[in-house]
Formats: sequence, structure tokens, C-alpha cells
Amino acid sequence: MDFEFTEDQRALEDTVRRFVARDYTFEKRRAIRDSDPGWSREVWQGLADLGVLALNLDEDYGGLGYGPQETGLVMGAFGAGLLLEPYLAAAVIAPALIRRVASANFQEEWLPAIATGAAIVVLAHADARQAPVTEIGGNLSGRKAVVAHGGCADLLLVSARTARGETGLFAVTSGAEGVHLRDYPTLDGQRAADIVLSNAPAMRLDAGTHDATLEAIEAALDIGLAALCAEAVGIMDATVAATTDYLKTRQQFGQPIGRFQALQHRMADMLLHLEQARSMSYIAALHCTDPNRAARRRTLSAAKVTIGQACRFIAQNAVQLHGGMGMTDELILSHWFKRLTAIEMTFGDTDFHLQRFARLSRAA
Amino acid sequence: MDLNFTLEESAFRAEVRNFVGEKLPAHIRDKVMNGVHLNRDDHILWQRILHQRGWGGPGWPREFGGPGWTPAEQYIFEEECAAAGAPRLISFGLKMIAPVLMAFGTPQQQQRFLPKIMAGEEWWCQGYSEPGAGSDLASVKTRAVRNGDFYVVNGQKTWTTLGQYADWIFCLVRTDPAAKKQNGISFLLIDMKSPGVTVRPIITLDGAHEVNEVWLEDVKVPAANLIGEENRGWTYAKFLLGHERTNIAGIGIAKRELARLKRIAAAEGRLDDPLFAARVAQVEIDLMALEITNLRVLAAESAAGREKKAPGPEASILKIKGTEIQQAITELMMQAVGAYALPFKQADIGPDYAANLGTGYCNLRKLSIFGGSNEIQKNIISQMILGL
Repeated sequence: MDFEFTEDQRALEDTVRRFVARDYTFEKRRAIRDSDPGWSREVWQGLADLGVLALNLDEDYGGLGYGPQETGLVMGAFGAGLLLEPYLAAAVIAPALIRRVASANFQEEWLPAIATGAAIVVLAHADARQAPVTEIGGNLSGRKAVVAHGGCADLLLVSARTARGETGLFAVTSGAEGVHLRDYPTLDGQRAADIVLSNAPAMRLDAGTHDATLEAIEAALDIGLAALCAEAVGIMDATVAATTDYLKTRQQFGQPIGRFQALQHRMADMLLHLEQARSMSYIAALHCTDPNRAARRRTLSAAKVTIGQACRFIAQNAVQLHGGMGMTDELILSHWFKRLTAIEMTFGDTDFHLQRFARLSRAA
Repeated sequence: MDLNFTLEESAFRAEVRNFVGEKLPAHIRDKVMNGVHLNRDDHILWQRILHQRGWGGPGWPREFGGPGWTPAEQYIFEEECAAAGAPRLISFGLKMIAPVLMAFGTPQQQQRFLPKIMAGEEWWCQGYSEPGAGSDLASVKTRAVRNGDFYVVNGQKTWTTLGQYADWIFCLVRTDPAAKKQNGISFLLIDMKSPGVTVRPIITLDGAHEVNEVWLEDVKVPAANLIGEENRGWTYAKFLLGHERTNIAGIGIAKRELARLKRIAAAEGRLDDPLFAARVAQVEIDLMALEITNLRVLAAESAAGREKKAPGPEASILKIKGTEIQQAITELMMQAVGAYALPFKQADIGPDYAANLGTGYCNLRKLSIFGGSNEIQKNIISQMILGL
């Protein structure tokens, strides 16, 4: 048994941490958040220069050939700095999906561009309930809902129901006719878009086998879920540390409030949640590429449940223990709170995964 | 044992329901029913409507122009108002400073301030918390020095709710720095238009501007605006906090929000999910229990007679459970709509009812912090009820 990271992995994590500490201060993030696009191409280029955009790509396509563990370390470091740029969507999920679905030609065209930061590709999967996206004669119509970072994508990977009633995956150029992007900020300061397609020209990416396409999308999202769990742990690490510091320094009734046993125990409970979450984020990274679909998804559901519950508990109590200060926009703490809140709801909330775990456990 | 209200109380309930149904402006009701922030005008309009009916000071005795309602009648009134989507009464004037003025104010102070509070002509805010004095309120540092007929006040107040609308602020100030903590505090009424008063907004995590910092720099306050005796302010402050806790459980509001949760969940098809339905059921059960607990507290208060001025430590039970329930409801509303809880201040993305659920959840985290944090309430329970 070995829970240690290699020297290479630690070095990677350090690099990203230093980048966040030096080039992604809370003030800088605030300015980026309030800017028109809500993300920074300069930062994105900086990430490309660090090599982290190539992390998950095969070496054949200019990548580093790393996997979910390294991705987790990077995501954890980004988490603490609350990166606004579309790392999860464009550097983790999209490449994983392209590798599993697209032709060699398409991969050769797009993967190196992803690695250099020249192109941003984002998966648009969840349909708006009233208007699922369908394909007719090679064109797509319908609406995709709350697509994370959809607005900054050059190319969208759009799942759609084909004329034969199967799920297909299509490439749609954001600027194409019939593509209407409504880009907006989300609660956590990031961006999302609702994408309305009206007979938009699209290129079929998958080989046309329904089950394989669905499984590829699932597999890419599962890799994304493991990365999201690691991000959450990075945020919770920072949140627990900041709250501990606050309890040591905030004076009331003539002593630091951390001297009150009720608060000490609350803080201890937060630590328990954090460590349980960390354990499950490791499991998630190790199992997210398991070819056994049912086993993989059962494990990932367990991870998301543990992490979702930790997100809620730690976020709520960190604000509570900070009192009014925890409610202010001025402190990064409330921004961690909002991101943790959003993470709990992303890729299936705690209750969804709790029930899926139960279902998969019974079937196993 | 009889859990029913009396016939008279039921008749009173019908009277309130008819009045609110008839007089509450639709645009205000729609905002409240959908969790939209009210503005100053909304609050003032409703206060004036109530005042015209003679209900401007629902908790006030007749001698000060109030309706002289029993605690049960006040409870019914607030419950009916909440159910119908009326604004929550702004408590700083009506429920905080007014009882203090009635109990400890001079006749001149009472005549000067009370009618304008009831009529919705003057808005009050609370100058209690300071950066260094939150839960430990008695450590306030804002200094007031007597100089002839005036006090000169210097210091900083914070978390001043809706201070941006306020005409007056009631402040805890330190008049005797040598005295032991609670003993050197006085209670002053300060005109917000006085030179040296600066209000700075604090933006909260939901992007809202509800609270403020209030800076006081060499503010001249007439000595006539002192409540009671100098250095006895802590007594009045505690008296006020007791009154703040009337209707603290917010049963009526919780019932209304539970109904909203059910509407949203039904529209989203979430009640077909047995786990989600069970979570809603759990909140409903907690609320049923709390309503009875609240009525028991109310009955005990009524039995104790009207000379008992403020709710006892039992109010802490109501505050903790009431705020937990309201927070749980916002959490479930957000969960019910899933991803559409995420768009930030986007009215036209997703279903209409989803627009402010994410920010609503964030905003209500304040409930367990303000008005005496829930931790402080648990201290009160341990010490005052359990004797630990």
C-alpha cells in the first residue's frame, strides 16, 4: 500500500501552487471575474506555458501523458485559488472525450491545439428539459442548459438524439450560423451558457454506435467527476485552514474564540469531513478509468456522496464560525463557500449519487 | 389540554386574513411570494397601510397607540401576514427601540419618536455590533464623551441592517471606559443626518447590499437623546434583545416558504423522488413540532401576564430551530432545481422560480449568525434553562 505521491507529482503540484500564489491572487481573480468575458486568455496562455493544458493528452499529440492522479493534484491547487478559467471542461473532460470518440484526423487537428491553448473545446451535454437537442439531416436543433464555460468555447462537442433515436456526438463551431450562446455568470463566479441551436451545422464525431458513444461521454464525465472531487478537497483544505486561523485570532470574551470547546468540536468535525473527502478523492482518481462500468460508477458515487456532504458541512460551518465576516464578498471564504455549493450540485448532487450507489450495490 | 385557538382568536384570524387579502398590494405580494428583495418603498407602503387600519404597532399597548393585542393575537397577526405574502415588519423601530422607549424613555422621547415609527415616517437601524464586539457585545468601544448638553461620539458600528435607509440609529456607546465592561455603556439615539455619520455598504456573498458599516466621527448628539441613565445602557440593551426575539421562530414565514418549496418541487417533478420527498417531509415535521413548541411558549407567556415584558430563554429554542428550518427550506429549493440554481442574477435563464434560489440559499446563512448566533443561543439554553 502506498499513499505517497512521486517526486514528479509533487513537483507538478508545487508548480501549480506557485502559479496560483503568484499569478492568481484573490484581487486578480476578482478583476477577472468582473471583466466582460469573466475569464482571462492571458492566464489560459500561462497555463499552456506551464504545460498543464497538455497534462491529460497523449504524448503523440503534444501531451504529457499523465492521468487522473496528476489531474487531481492540479485541480486541488486550482481549487484553493478558485480558478475561473475552463480547466475542468476544456483540459480534462473534452480531451478525454475526444480521445475516446473522435477519428484520428480530428484528434490530430484538435488535441495539439488544446495543449497549446490555441483552441478551447467544451462538451455540451445536459439538455434543457423542454428542448432536447436533436439531429435532422446533419444539423442540430434544441437547447443545452447551463453548459459550464460554454461561452468561451471555440468548438462545442454536442450530444444529440439522432434521426434513428440514438445518441450521437457532434462538433459545432461556436460562431456558426444557428448557434446562439447566452453566456452568464454563475453563483460561484464562473461562467456558463445556455446554448440554443437552430438548425446549426454539425459534424458527426462518433462512429455511430449508440452504446459506445454514451459510454464514452460517461467515461469522460467520470474522469471529470474525479477531477471535481480533487478540486473540492483543495478548496476544503484551504477553508479549514483559514477557519482554524480565524478561531486562533478572533478575540471575544477576552480570549480567542478557538478556546471555546463547542467551536473546537465543530472544527474537529470539519476536519473529519475533510479527511474522509480526501480519502474518497484518492479512490475516485484511482478508479475513474476502471473499464468495469458498474464498479467504477459505484465507487465514483460513493466519492461524490462523501465529498458533497463534506462540501456542505465545511462550507456552512466555515461561514458560521466566521460570523458576519464569513458572509462578506470581501473575504475569499464566501467565494470558497459558493464554489463548494456549486460543486455539490455538479455532475449529480449528493442525493442522486446516494441513490445510485444503493442501486448499483444491490445489482452487484 | 386544548391546542385550538379560542373562538375570539379565530375570529381575529379571519379579520386579519380579510384585511391583508384586501389591502396588500399585488406587486409587494408577488415579490415576497417569490423571494425577491423588497425595497424601502415597499416596506414603508405596507407599514402605512397597517397604520391606517390602526395596526401600525402590532405589539404595542393601547397607551402608545397600539392595538393592545395579546401575545396570541400578535402571533396570529404575523402568521397571517406571512402566509399572505406581506413584508416582514422591519423590527428595528417597531420591536426594538419602541419597547425601550416605552419602558425607559422620557415622555418627550416617547412623543417625539413613537408616532413616527408607527406611521412609517422614520426608519430606525441598530447600532450594536462593532468589529470587535459581535457575540461579545458588551465589549463595545464606540466612545461618547459628555460635553455640556451634548455627547461627542466616535467609533464604528457594523452589520447595520438596512442602515442605508435609516433616519435614526440607536447605539450602544461607552461613556465610562474605567468601569467594568457592562457598567460603562450608555444607550444613545443618533440622527443619521448628523455631521460625522458615514454609512458604507457591506456587500454580502449573494451580491446584496443589506448591511453596512456606520462610522461615527465627532458626532454631536444632544444629551436629551440619552435613554434612561448614563452607564446603564446594558440593562436597556438586554431588554431590547428580549423583545427582538418575539416571533423569532418565524413559523408563518417558514410555512409560506415550505409551500413555495413544494410548488417548485412539484413543478420539477422532484416529489416523485422518494428521497427528496422524504427530505421535504422531514422539514415539514420539524416545523409542525416547532409550531406547537412556539404555541406552548406563547401560552406560558400569556399565563405569566402582561407585566412580563420580554420572552424568556425559551426564545432561544425557537430561534435555533426556526432558523434551521428556514435554512433547510432554501437548501431544498436550490436542490430541487439543480443546475438552474447556478445562474447568478439571470432572470431569464431557466424557470422563473429558479432565478433567486442560489442567492436565497446564500443569503439565509445569515439567520444562524445574526440576532445572537445560534451558538450564543445554545449558551443561553445551557446556562439559563439547564443551569449548567
